Amino acid sequence: MIELENVGYNYGGGELLNGVSVQLAPGSFHFLTGPSGAGKTTLLKLCYGALNPTAGRVRAFNMDVHGLDRDQMAYLRRRVGVVHQDCRFLDHLPVIENIALPLLVSGRELSHEEANLQELLNWVGLSERAHALPPELSGGERQRAALARSVILSPDVIIADEPTGNVDWEMSQRLLQLLVELNRMGKTILVATHDLSLIRAAKNQVQARVLRISNRQLQLAGADL
Amino acid sequence: MTEGRLRKLILGDAQADRVVPPSGFTAQLTLFVSGAMAFLTVFALALSMASGRLADQWAEELARAATLRINAPAEQRAAQTEAALEILRQTPGVATARALTGAEQAALLAPWFGAGVPVGDLPLPQLIEVTGDDAGYDAQGLRLRLQAEVPGAVLDDHTRWRAPLVDAAQALRRLAWVSILLIGGATAAMITLAANAALAANAQVIEVLRLVGALDSYIAQAFIRRFTLRALTGTAVGVAAGMIGVFLMPAASAEGGFLTGLGFQGLGWLAPLLIPPLGALVAFAATTRAATKRLGELS
Repeated sequence: MIELENVGYNYGGGELLNGVSVQLAPGSFHFLTGPSGAGKTTLLKLCYGALNPTAGRVRAFNMDVHGLDRDQMAYLRRRVGVVHQDCRFLDHLPVIENIALPLLVSGRELSHEEANLQELLNWVGLSERAHALPPELSGGERQRAALARSVILSPDVIIADEPTGNVDWEMSQRLLQLLVELNRMGKTILVATHDLSLIRAAKNQVQARVLRISNRQLQLAGADL
Repeated sequence: MTEGRLRKLILGDAQADRVVPPSGFTAQLTLFVSGAMAFLTVFALALSMASGRLADQWAEELARAATLRINAPAEQRAAQTEAALEILRQTPGVATARALTGAEQAALLAPWFGAGVPVGDLPLPQLIEVTGDDAGYDAQGLRLRLQAEVPGAVLDDHTRWRAPLVDAAQALRRLAWVSILLIGGATAAMITLAANAALAANAQVIEVLRLVGALDSYIAQAFIRRFTLRALTGTAVGVAAGMIGVFLMPAASAEGGFLTGLGFQGLGWLAPLLIPPLGALVAFAATTRAATKRLGELS
């Protein structure tokens, strides 16, 4: 699905990543971990084309991400669901319209998707909050809404950046549960987190691989995390 | 632009319109400025049409009318006048030739001398009013013949007066057109600035839309549609106000001369109706350009 080949990233002030190679196979579940500032978010951005590598190549769906023009990039974003660290909502639209935003911008007829939308809201437990504005939501609700928005176009890959960053343990379990369910439906999942207990909890439910950024390199962490 | 996109742009998509938050103040400024510009355009247009009409009218009326002045001693005046009238009657292209009566000549002089002056006692030259027909007459030939047969006759075909007047009217028309072009340019500049401000103010929104997979054309359309509609509404109101203003101007009258003729006549009243669509077109082009440029700069 997504392949990084000897990728390096240099943000001008110095090298952040070097010689990173990884393949996200269809249906796989990866955790990405490492200390704060190690480059987890950067690596995710490289995966969905928000950043271009300064060395090496990134391929998504067998296309070189570097060669994509702006329109092709937009089509790529529709095939990769992203849960951003800070969620990124349109604050003037209610939650339900934010979740439906990818449908809207890709020109789908919203009236045909009404049932799916309700089902999705139920699944993330936000039916009651559908008409609230994003700033009125709690941290956990925002994360669940962001997850719902990332999967509404039924993408093949879901990338989540610290989805449990500012929610309590119970809520992070619930989010993990949703990601595991998506993985069981065949979606490829990549989750960046520094929460090792979340990774341990996931290992009981799903075959997850753990990638760790350390010293600018990406390593496959041991099975005995 | 495909037909589908054009239709979408005009009919709009209520849902898609909402992705960009409404911006009350800039919207009102855009409305106001396009309205004011349209109002000014109506007057520039009225000026251009009126001066054009005036130039044609003067050129035509003055070209046809001429004055023959008989400067002769009092005892020969009647005979020379008669001879000159005879020549004029024989000249092809002259429709009428008529000697002014003493009373008519006195009336012409009254504004300068006052009504009480006995102008009849003054040694005034006799004036003959000459009107050409549509084909016109050969002024040079007529002059030569008059010189030979009526030595005291001087033909004044008004060229001296006509040329500067017609030039002035035509210059006025050119000025009006330059004003219209400048107003159009200023409108485009203003809308470009407003669109840029709106794009900058909504940078976050644009970023989120890009993140969820919106094409640049989709994002641009939300802005283009707004500014085009605002310009259309603003100019429509401005044109309506301007047309009412022109309509309320006093009608053309002989006393008022040039100033009261300012306005539209007949089909000319339809011309200002072109301003709103043209204004919308200007807004459409300006916003498209601004949005394309701005979005291209984003990562």
